[in-house]
Amino acid sequence: MLTPSEDTNRRMLRARDAMDRRFAEPLDVPALAGIAHLSVSQFARVFKETFGETPHRYLQRRRVERAMTLLRQTDRPVTEVAWDVGFASLGTFSRTFSTIVGCSPSEFRATHEPVHVPSCFIAAWTRPREGTVVSEKRDLPGGP
Amino acid sequence: MTNHIKTLRITTLHVLDQEEALSFYCGVLGFEVKDDVDMGFMRWLTIALPTDPEHLVLLSVPGAPMHDQETAAQVRDLLTKGALGGIFLTSDDIHATYDAVVAAGAEITQEVVEQPYGTDFGARDPFGNSVRVSQPAEVSSEEIQRQYDAARA
Repeated sequence: MLTPSEDTNRRMLRARDAMDRRFAEPLDVPALAGIAHLSVSQFARVFKETFGETPHRYLQRRRVERAMTLLRQTDRPVTEVAWDVGFASLGTFSRTFSTIVGCSPSEFRATHEPVHVPSCFIAAWTRPREGTVVSEKRDLPGGP
Repeated sequence: MTNHIKTLRITTLHVLDQEEALSFYCGVLGFEVKDDVDMGFMRWLTIALPTDPEHLVLLSVPGAPMHDQETAAQVRDLLTKGALGGIFLTSDDIHATYDAVVAAGAEITQEVVEQPYGTDFGARDPFGNSVRVSQPAEVSSEEIQRQYDAARA
């Protein structure tokens, strides 16, 4: 029923869904590769061919997207947000967040109000795009 | 309103196999077949929830004569990558629904989570379509926004 490439798509989607489901846990590449029925060495390459970015990069964006939501929607301290979304160190979290979003977690929180739309939409649409830094500076009070 | 449109009647969902789609949407989620007509060039297959019989879902297989071969392949590619959207459903017992979906072996994309607007989870149909199920909280949008504002105060 499925062509080989569609079967690959489906298996890679299963692995990506597992990342979406378990993003806060340490990334176990052999387990993800197992879900996709691929060797560890093939997994990252085929994932990138399918979705346009490496599994590691996808997971980073997934975690940063969740962090953006927690910063926006809750008053949890930044350190706890970092932990909640799967970063083991605050330094790595802040560096990764700033690289992807273009401002620090605290700066992001200060300039973004909570919104009420279903969380899966926020998750899908605020996930920063591959290879771009999202400019949030224009939202700062008083402009850049 | 001056255009007189009244209801959302049919939503199309691309599936790769109509029998497998029926197993999932009817066997697992509780839809029922409304129309099943072999028109020769295509099988017109619609389903609906018994509690929402006026809203039909057309289970459509990409391919000829609707699509040329290359277009059908592109649709199938996007579908199996999970890029074609999906459906949102509501339940009046989200935990029972979740248990049934899990027991049927469906793939879960998000475990049951309490949200300000209700409780929800995510799953995939056998082909890659997203299926979200929510039990809406009995609060207004204004109340949800007030809760967010209070949490941030």
